[in-house]
Amino acid sequence: MGDRLPDSPDFATDRAALLAGLGRILPASRLYGELEDLKPYECDGLTAYRNLPLAVALPETEAEVQSILKFCSANQVPVVPRGAATGLSGGAMPHHQGLLLSLAKFKKILKVNPVARTALVQPGVRNLAVSEAAAPYNLYYAPDPSSQIACTIGGNVSENSGGVHCLKYGLTVHNVLQVRGYTMEGEPVTIGSAGLDAAGLDLLAVMNGSEGMLTVITEVLVKLTPKPQVAKVVLAYFDSVTKAGNAVADVIAAGIIPAGLEMMDKAATHAVEPYVQAGYDLEAEAVLLCESDGTPEEVEEEIAAMRAVLEKSGATSLRVSANEAERLRFWAGRKAAFPAVGRITPDYLCMDGTIPRKNLAKMLLAIADMEKKYGLRCANVFHAGDGNLHPLIMYDANQPGELERATAFGAEILELSVALGGSITGEHGVGVEKITQMCAQFTPEELALFHGLKAAFDPAGLLNPGKAVPTPARCREYRQIRGEQA
Amino acid sequence: MSQAFEQQCRERILAASAGAPLLIQGGGSKAFYGRPVQGEILDTRSHRGVVAYEPTELVVTVKAGTPLAELEAVLAEKGQYLAFEPPHFGSEATVGGMVAAGLSGPRRAQAGAVRDFVLGVRLMDGQGQALNFGGQVMKNVAGYDVPRLMAGSLGQLGLLLEVSLKVLPRPVAEATLRLETSQAKALTLMNQWGGKPLPIVATAWEKTGEGESLTVRLAGARAAVQSAQAVLGGDVLERGAAAAFWDDLREQRLPFFPAAGSFGATGSAGGPALWRLSLPSTAPTLELPGPQLVEWGGAQRWLASDAQARHVREVVEKAGGHATLFRGTAEAREQAFHPLAAPLLAIHRRLRASFDPRGAFAAGRLYEGL
Ligand SMILES: Cc1cc2nc3c(=O)[nH]c(=O)nc-3n(C[C@H](O)[C@H](O)[C@H](O)COP(=O)(O)OP(=O)(O)OC[C@H]3O[C@@H](n4cnc5c(N)ncnc54)[C@H](O)[C@@H]3O)c2cc1C
Repeated sequence: MGDRLPDSPDFATDRAALLAGLGRILPASRLYGELEDLKPYECDGLTAYRNLPLAVALPETEAEVQSILKFCSANQVPVVPRGAATGLSGGAMPHHQGLLLSLAKFKKILKVNPVARTALVQPGVRNLAVSEAAAPYNLYYAPDPSSQIACTIGGNVSENSGGVHCLKYGLTVHNVLQVRGYTMEGEPVTIGSAGLDAAGLDLLAVMNGSEGMLTVITEVLVKLTPKPQVAKVVLAYFDSVTKAGNAVADVIAAGIIPAGLEMMDKAATHAVEPYVQAGYDLEAEAVLLCESDGTPEEVEEEIAAMRAVLEKSGATSLRVSANEAERLRFWAGRKAAFPAVGRITPDYLCMDGTIPRKNLAKMLLAIADMEKKYGLRCANVFHAGDGNLHPLIMYDANQPGELERATAFGAEILELSVALGGSITGEHGVGVEKITQMCAQFTPEELALFHGLKAAFDPAGLLNPGKAVPTPARCREYRQIRGEQA
Repeated sequence: MSQAFEQQCRERILAASAGAPLLIQGGGSKAFYGRPVQGEILDTRSHRGVVAYEPTELVVTVKAGTPLAELEAVLAEKGQYLAFEPPHFGSEATVGGMVAAGLSGPRRAQAGAVRDFVLGVRLMDGQGQALNFGGQVMKNVAGYDVPRLMAGSLGQLGLLLEVSLKVLPRPVAEATLRLETSQAKALTLMNQWGGKPLPIVATAWEKTGEGESLTVRLAGARAAVQSAQAVLGGDVLERGAAAAFWDDLREQRLPFFPAAGSFGATGSAGGPALWRLSLPSTAPTLELPGPQLVEWGGAQRWLASDAQARHVREVVEKAGGHATLFRGTAEAREQAFHPLAAPLLAIHRRLRASFDPRGAFAAGRLYEGL
């Protein structure tokens, strides 16, 4: 689809010189420059946006990463880091005048330290692989994005990824102790420490969610969490999404912090059930998954409290997982929601707005109206406890106008998220997808500070340029159009 | 009210310069912390009050000059609290100062630090611009995480005007146990327990006239606290005594901590300096002169010592940590914080220049010339 990075400056990269230069650093088997080899790298999980890079490099060592960055820095070549490319906002979409730097070969788990409860891993290690390596010690890595079988730790840090258990156990930012990597100039940096804090400003906080724009990550030290003795999940069905939305606020109001609190509407359960046979009630308008974990006594106590609240909030029926297999099956449905929806529609856009929990019901009703307005269906999957919405807007890119309608539908949801006191993205990042909506959430001065922050790490602006933070020109145009509409 | 305060701040920031900078101050309760800096005081205390608090959203938004004690009282009324249990170091402590200092209390190892609870900030940068980052929602990855970056920034990046914090319901049950044990044994125990699903929220090992002891606080569901008590053993502290112990630890009023003000420079007549050692929890007992008190499962150790700063830093760095000269004379605090590697220092410098290009806020609280 050609140039999709209007927010990036132009780079006059000489393709032949780039390949020749990198050829001195990498063997031909780990350096691609031919169209057929570049094609698989043209997009991430946001397939609507594609761009071919000039070259793809697959370094294996830190020394190679450093040399590549130094070369690109000296020659003004933009670099886009890439993990597993499961990202949903185009963060790893290549730059058409630059290098795609894949960290896929960095997949060693360097050390699991059961006493310190940490794992030292390379950035290309898959999220689930960390928990698997920690399992023999009854430990696990808490943030569990639904993409955990595929997505990498480097990508997780860069997006500050969340999962269904983040309400109680925190996001990636709460579970990463130290990151090592290289600045665009090829300078080695160690950010954070093996302790609980590091000297100086909290740069580790900004590394999380930095969308591959601050440094290339080559090693991550993550915190491991002891596995709870027991976990049980309550399925609560509702005959209206409003009641389900309000039940979420009621659970929190009762002083309960569930280990997970997720919601799916009828469209979502209908997509999921034939795909994974989770055993969901298909008559209900919405289902909540409310999990408790801890000691057996603790879980009994909490499940009873949850049941009481959910019943009072109008649940039509409740079901508690009888055993671990059933609990996993209930979650499997939730975790497979995206691919399940992918089976029933040619294409879909996944939104990621967050709103204060009290506005969940309001948002759901507004989305129902938008379905009519845009003539498109939408399935809703929420990290409800965190107020993080994933409306899945279904469309068919082959039908003229549908992608545009889907995009407008998504934009309206995001702008409503901001208007309801929330944010345009809770965990998927801005990337190229939501760059226009950044103009709705931030003032020109705030955006200028973001540009300044990036420049502090990457003064030449070569690392993943044109993503996440819009140019002033884009926002001026955005405001002008909005002004005309108003 | 807010507008008038912000207008005043803007004017003063625009009138300030690197030669005549402003020193942001709340209650001054943490003035002892960091490198000594000079500047005309910009007092935030008239900017106070809770802006928004919805217990069911688990979020509170407060103006930066609000007394920390006032915020805690407001939360307590609704059965909620700041889970990172920030030290006050005086009744004057403000919420803005708490975030800017970035210090967390005994619960930190389990609950997280101040930065983990900062959801949003409204700040004024060095050009007098009021800017909003983050918000009142739990998850937000739109733009870089400036709110968390402000935690521990010690007034070097900008003036905090308002902060939004995640709050939590108070645990239903609590118990404090005490076991007699050496430091080495305590370190082993704390790390073993840390790997188990036990509701341990704070630990403190100390050596007093009465011996060496490890104090452990449990909190959570009643059933979980009870079963953990049976597993850990030790003597149960009476409620009042337990609460006083953890408060005194947090506020550095335990006998281990000499009275504030009596701390001196390394080797000076004023007495030993107080060091804060941040280490991997598994670091062994460190051979350093002077008594130690160990918190956070082994990850935070206090050292009252006459040892040379260089020596302390070498030993701590070898063990994978960093050392802060927490309380000492102005001269000793010239190097309060562990030195940074050159590339990180360069990033710090550029960050500061982007937040405060004119040098309106007194520089050098973290590092010289920064
Ligand atoms: C089916 C499905 C379900 C999903 N569920 C969730 C979910 O529950 N929660 C959630 O938060 N996300 C979810 N995602 C989104 C995605 O999986 C996450 O954003 C994930 O963290 C991306 O990891 P990745 O390795 O695929 O990174 P990529 O997509 O390759 O890259 C993501 C960003 O990180 C940067 N990057 C990657 N590696 C490095 C590195 N080593 N150094 C510097 N920058 C780097 C890239 O430049 C890019 O900006 C889902 C995606 C899919 C397809």
